[in-house]
Amino acid sequence: MTVNVLPPATAEKESAPDPHQLAPIEPAKRKKHRSPLAYFLVAPAALAELLVHIVPMVLGIWIAFITLNQLSIANWVNAPFVGLQNFVTALDPSSPIAGQLYGALGRTLLFTVIVVAIAWSMGMLGAVLLTSSFKGRGLLRTLFLVPYALPSYVGTIAWAFMFNQRDGAINRFLVDDLGILQDRPFWLLGGNSFWAIVIVTAWQFWPFAFLMLLAALQNIPGDVYEAASLDGASLWKQFTNITLPMVKPANAVLLLIMSLWIFNQFNVPYVLFGPASPEQATLISPLIYQQSFNNWNFGLGGAMSVMLLVVLLIASAFYIRMVLPKGQHDND
Amino acid sequence: MNTKKFRWVAALAVGVVAAGSMTACSASGGSGDSDTITYWASNQAPTVERDAEILQESIDRYTEETGVKVDLEVIPWSDLYNRILTAVSSGEGPDVLNIGNTWAVSLQSSGAFVPWEGEALDAIGGQDRFVQSSFATGGAEGQAPTSVPIYGLSYSLYYNTAMFEAAGITTPPATWDEFVEDAKKLTIDTDGDGQIDQWGVTMAGSSIANNAHQAFVRGLQNGGSLYDDDGNPDFGNDGVVTGVKEWVDLMAVDKVVSPSDAESVNGSDMAATFAEGQAAMFFDQAPGDNLKSRNFTDYAAAPVPMETADATGLEGTQSHVAGINVSVFENSGNKEAAIDFVKHLTSDDEQKYLNESFGSLPVVTTAYDDPAFQTDVIKLKQTILADHAQPMPLYPSEGQMETLVGTAIKDLLATAAQGGSVSEADVKSALEDANSQMTTGQ
Repeated sequence: MTVNVLPPATAEKESAPDPHQLAPIEPAKRKKHRSPLAYFLVAPAALAELLVHIVPMVLGIWIAFITLNQLSIANWVNAPFVGLQNFVTALDPSSPIAGQLYGALGRTLLFTVIVVAIAWSMGMLGAVLLTSSFKGRGLLRTLFLVPYALPSYVGTIAWAFMFNQRDGAINRFLVDDLGILQDRPFWLLGGNSFWAIVIVTAWQFWPFAFLMLLAALQNIPGDVYEAASLDGASLWKQFTNITLPMVKPANAVLLLIMSLWIFNQFNVPYVLFGPASPEQATLISPLIYQQSFNNWNFGLGGAMSVMLLVVLLIASAFYIRMVLPKGQHDND
Repeated sequence: MNTKKFRWVAALAVGVVAAGSMTACSASGGSGDSDTITYWASNQAPTVERDAEILQESIDRYTEETGVKVDLEVIPWSDLYNRILTAVSSGEGPDVLNIGNTWAVSLQSSGAFVPWEGEALDAIGGQDRFVQSSFATGGAEGQAPTSVPIYGLSYSLYYNTAMFEAAGITTPPATWDEFVEDAKKLTIDTDGDGQIDQWGVTMAGSSIANNAHQAFVRGLQNGGSLYDDDGNPDFGNDGVVTGVKEWVDLMAVDKVVSPSDAESVNGSDMAATFAEGQAAMFFDQAPGDNLKSRNFTDYAAAPVPMETADATGLEGTQSHVAGINVSVFENSGNKEAAIDFVKHLTSDDEQKYLNESFGSLPVVTTAYDDPAFQTDVIKLKQTILADHAQPMPLYPSEGQMETLVGTAIKDLLATAAQGGSVSEADVKSALEDANSQMTTGQ
C-alpha cells in the first residue's frame, strides 16, 4: 500500500529544486529588498523580546553569581559577587540542598516522561477518533478543549477541592460511592501527591496534544487510508504505517515543546500545595521558588535556574539534531 | 520550510520556552501624586472585602482631616511577603504597609523602610505611648525599629464550653498533661457509627507560620530555644525537639486531632472546624470575628497550657508577642504624609476603632480605658502579653527560620496523618535538616 503513496512524494522530491543550489541566490535577492522600513517594522518585536525574555534571563544568570538575600535585596545592584559558590552549594553532595536538587531533578524527569506519555496518548486517541466525521463531533471537540481553555489556576483550584481528603469529590467517589477503598487516602500529602500533580498536569496538557495532532491528521489525504483499506490493512496497521509516519514532523515538535513545558511545571504544584510542596512531589521549578522566595536565597535559586536552563538547552539541542526531520520537506 | 530553517525555528522556539525557567517576575506599587498615598494592609478580618470596609472608614476620616487620599489594597497573607520582597527589590512599593511583626527584623535588614527615631518617632507621639512588649518587635535590639505596632495579638486556648460541660470538665487545662487528658475525653464518636466525629483539638497542620509559632512556644516551655545565645540557629536542641514532638504527638500518638487537619492551610480553617462542632479546642490569636460571623458564641478563652501550672520566665511562655506592625517605605514619594498616616492609624481613637473591629489588642496604652477592651478575653490576652509572651527571635534570618521549621513540622504531621509513626529521632532529624539548610543558605 505504501507503493501508492510514495510515487507522488518521490516525484515531488525529484522535481523540487536542490536547496543547495538556492543558497547563493537567496541572499542576493534579499539584499535588493532591504530597506530601513524592514528594520523599523521588526524593531518593536525585537525590543519586546529583549525586555520580556533576554534582559530577565541575563539578570537571572547574573543573580546566580551573587549573594542576594534580605540584606542585599534593596541594593541588589551592589550585591556581593561570589563566583561559583552558589553552584557549589547547589551541587555539593554533602549538603541537604543538593540532596533536594538531585531528588527533584530525578522526580521531574520521571514526572515529565509520565505526563507526556499520558497527554500524548490521550491527545492521539482523541484526534484519531475525531478525524472521521460523525454527529456531535463539533461538541466533542469543544468539550475536549475545555481544560486547555480554562485558566490554569481555575482548573487546578477545582482539582485541589476534589483532592481534599475529608470532603473532596475523589474520595467521596472512591470511598463512599464505589467502596473501592476503606480509608480516605490523602492526595495532597505523601506519596500520592506526586500522582496528584501527574493527573492534573496531564489533564491540562492533553488538549494541546489533541489540537496539534488533530491538525496534523487532517493533512493526511483520505485516499491514502482508502487505498490501505483496499489492500486489507487493519486499523492498527493503518495507524502504525500511515498515521504515525505522516504526523512524525508535527509529533517531534509537539513532544519537544510539551516536554519543556512540563519539565518547567510550576503552577499546578504551587496551587495544589502552596509555597512548599511535599517532598515526594517537589519538582525543579517549585524547588527554585522555595529557595528563592521562601528561604530568601535568590543567588542559590538563580544558580539552580541557570543549571536547569543549561540542561534543557543541551537536551533540546540533542533532540533537535537526533529526532527532528533531516533532508526532507515538512508538510507545510 | 526547508530542514535548515525548520531546525532554526525549532531551536529558537526551544530557547524561548526553556528561558521560561529563567525569567524573573516583577511588580510595582508606588505612590502617585502628592495628595495620594498608597497603603498595603494585611488581612485581619474573615475576608479581604471586610478588611477594606473597616479600613475605609478610618481612611475616610483621615482624608477628611488632611485632604490626603489613600489608595488602599488589602493583600492576603499568602501574597503579602512576596509582594513586599518584590517592592523592596524594585524600589517601587507602597508608601505605607502592614507587616507580620515576626518579619520585622528580616525586613529591617533590607534597609527599605524608614527608621522610627528622631522626628519620625516624635511625629507619632514617641515610644512611651506604645505597649512596650509590642513596640520591641519593631526591629533588632539596639537598632531604631523600622516598624511600629498597629494591632496586638497573642495566642490563647479557645474551648467549646458546652462540650467541656458534657465531658464533665469544669476548668480549662493549665498544664500540657491536663490538656492532652482533656483532649482525649473530648475525642468521641457522638453518633455511634464507629467514626470519631468530635475531636479534642483542631490545628492547621499545613500552616507554616502556625507550626513555627508552636515550635517556638513549646520549645521554650521545654527549656529549648530556636537560636543559641550567639544568635545562631539551633533547631535540633532537646527542648525544641521535645516541644515539637508534643505538638506532633497530638495527632500521631494521642490521636486527639483529626488526620484531615494535616491538610489544613489556614488558621481560619480551625475556626470553621471549631464552630461546626467538629473539635473542642484550638490555639489561635484572634478568631473572635471569624466565630462571630458563623454565629458561634458557645466558647471561652483560657491561657495556653504550660508544662507546669506555675511556670514563669521563658518556661512560662504561652505565646510569642504576636501582632501586626506598620512601616513606611524609604522610597516613598510622600514620606511626610505616610508618617502622618501612621500617626493616624496609631492614634488613640483609631486604635480603639480598628482593634475593636478586628478583635485584636490596642498597641497604645491609653486605648485600654475604653469599655470595649474590658472584656474577659481582652484582659486575658493583656495578661498573656505582659507576663507570658516572648518576641519571636529578633534576627534577620527569622523569616527563613519560620519557613524551614514550619515546613519540617508540616511534613512530620503529614507522616502522622498517614498512619506513620514519628519518633523523637525523626523529629530531631527533621529539625536538624532544616537547621542545616538554614546555615548552608546563609
